[in-house]
Amino acid sequence: MFRNLLNEVSGITIYQIFSLVVFSLFFLLVTIWLFKANKGYLEEMRNKPLQ
Amino acid sequence: MQTEKFQYDNRIVKNFAIATMLWGVVGMLVGLLVAIQLYEPAANLGNQYTSFGRIRPLHTNAIIFAFVGNAIFMGVYYSLQRLCKARMFSDWLSKIHFWGWQLIIVAAALTLPLGVTTSKEYAELEWPIDIAITLIWVVFGWNMFGTIFKRRERHMYVAIWFYIATFVTVAVLHIVNSFELPISLFKSYSWYAGVQDALVQWWYGHNAVAFFLTTPFLGLMYYFLPKAVNRPVYSYKLSILHFWSLIFLYIWAGPHHLLYTSLPDWAQSLGVVFSIMLIAPSWGGMINGLLTLRGAWDKVRDEPVLKFFAVGITAYGMATFEGPMLSLKNVNAIAHFTDWIVAHVHVGALGWNGFMTFGILYYLIPKLYNTKIYSGKLANFHFWIGTLGILFYAVPMYWSGFTQGLMWKEFTEAGQLKYEFIDTTKQILSLHVFRSIGGTLYLVGTLVMVYNLAKTMASGKLVANENAEALALESNYAPVGHASYWHKALERKPLTFMILSIVVIAVGGLVEMMPTFLIKSNIQTITSVKPYTALELEGRDLYIREGCVGCHSQMVRPFRSETERYGEYSKAGEYVYDHPFLWGSKRTGPDLMREGGKYPNSWHYYHMIQPASMTPGSIMPEYPWLAEQTLDISKTRDKIDAMRTLGVPYDKDYSLKAVDDLKLQAKGIAENLAKEKIKIESDKELIAIIAYLQRMGTDIKLSNSTIK
Repeated sequence: MFRNLLNEVSGITIYQIFSLVVFSLFFLLVTIWLFKANKGYLEEMRNKPLQ
Repeated sequence: MQTEKFQYDNRIVKNFAIATMLWGVVGMLVGLLVAIQLYEPAANLGNQYTSFGRIRPLHTNAIIFAFVGNAIFMGVYYSLQRLCKARMFSDWLSKIHFWGWQLIIVAAALTLPLGVTTSKEYAELEWPIDIAITLIWVVFGWNMFGTIFKRRERHMYVAIWFYIATFVTVAVLHIVNSFELPISLFKSYSWYAGVQDALVQWWYGHNAVAFFLTTPFLGLMYYFLPKAVNRPVYSYKLSILHFWSLIFLYIWAGPHHLLYTSLPDWAQSLGVVFSIMLIAPSWGGMINGLLTLRGAWDKVRDEPVLKFFAVGITAYGMATFEGPMLSLKNVNAIAHFTDWIVAHVHVGALGWNGFMTFGILYYLIPKLYNTKIYSGKLANFHFWIGTLGILFYAVPMYWSGFTQGLMWKEFTEAGQLKYEFIDTTKQILSLHVFRSIGGTLYLVGTLVMVYNLAKTMASGKLVANENAEALALESNYAPVGHASYWHKALERKPLTFMILSIVVIAVGGLVEMMPTFLIKSNIQTITSVKPYTALELEGRDLYIREGCVGCHSQMVRPFRSETERYGEYSKAGEYVYDHPFLWGSKRTGPDLMREGGKYPNSWHYYHMIQPASMTPGSIMPEYPWLAEQTLDISKTRDKIDAMRTLGVPYDKDYSLKAVDDLKLQAKGIAENLAKEKIKIESDKELIAIIAYLQRMGTDIKLSNSTIK
């Protein structure tokens, strides 16, 4: 029953591929951004709990 | 820009702290009782409400949702206000959240001993309570996001990301796993069947560990550890990287709970690969925590709070290394179904969750009451007896697990199994005694803490509303320079952040589950596998009520050591009518997949009344009430109708004649027992249980060998 419900969504398999691609890109972006990120900002965020 | 004055709500934090201590003691006491029942069956107390199968889930639920749950809310309500420089969004929502959660716990404590259970691990509570959990969880989220929206701090610190991920993922997990069809107020059937049910359940079970026991505590670690040691977290970069990779990878690893089962191979392999990859982000978190303590180890020597944190984080590191190792198929072949898993989860629960919670309590209570800890000596005593407790718990359980795993697989030179199942049970009894001593030590430590903190509270006065002030946020903020970087922008946008988190955690779940749901060929149907008769179905529901699944698996893995002992290995197609699946995760007793036809009805009768009379040395609880209680057949028809709704192919008019069919089958079993001089009326519950046990796994047997 559950299966039939999902089967009716057209092109449902694309969601899986799409989401995997989204994450891979996102992860890559985070990594690149981290290497470029501003030291002062990181330092500021690091100290948030202590303020 | 103007400085605004406001007050932090400390009363709600105090309430959650007290609930944490109360339920912690209750949950551990029940744990101790079930531990003793495993070597002294008389500790079942001779009544159905305290027998092992019913109160083992009470222990796990009390620890996870009552003890750890309240601890999460305590820590979140304290840290979120301070990280947002704002009072909680609504005092009313805080109160509804607090009392609603406590009511849910009380409902669980009442229904589980009554045998009201779905049987799905860590999701045993029946549908009305499931709905209540959903509502209260929404209240928590509403209150949390309300606070985040009115914050006076531009960016969200890493702890808050973990709280957001926790909130959204637990919501998704709980809703997807709780799809069930109600039959009455206290009974429902899982929407999914067999392999699919197993996959959804362990996707949930695994990620309940991830997003209820891990991510919120990582968030708490990122706040309370720097506070306690008074220096910033080691690396903010590392925290960003390990946050995203952790929440992404965790979701994929669920199938490692189902290795060598009837789950399709590709799904099992996927689970293994992602489990191994999980070491990286997990250790990222551990390293970030431990290195925050660098150069401050002298403080650790003097400060009980830091001692608890140091051991807690170390336990996290050990458990998250062990987990991936256990998911390797060759290790899992030995460890699965044994006490090794019990040892593993308790390193996490006692070490990571327990010790982090204790550390936070020791940090918070003096702050909330504006006083000093009553006794540093007692806190140190707690630390040492707690650590000893963990060791006395874990070491015997590892030993016991290895013993079980190896003895089950040992053959003689002639090629026969060397040991009966009961031999392994007897072999590990003394280790179980040691385990309960370890648990007692840990509980004593907790009681000492409760005394110490109660004295601390009595010596101070609750600062119910703590004064604070902060600058209001500019409404027309325009980011310049590095502030316009996109991840930094993300830290200003809680809603976008939440949606992105959902996308990230949804990926693994979708890829894992979609194919199993969509492609029919993943589960081959077997023509000889037929739906249960009405009596067998009622018997199966009794099996669920008594929590038999807590000790008996229904999953013969494809190893010679298992097919020799239990019979033909399990096929996915054999479970297509099982709503819910009952594969089990632990073999305190033997597997029951092929129990049908193995023994005469009379054997089962005597065995249920007094297990040791049939299997000397058995530690199974006695079930005399099954022979006394009359089977409730008022819902039989509804149950058949419900099963039909779920797609079980009963004949159209079977529900109309279900009760007659049930009575006829029951009469046959009672007459068969009468031949063996056993007097029992055919309407007793025991008859239904026997009918179910005799059916188990026979569909395949009948078609292959018996009929020939």
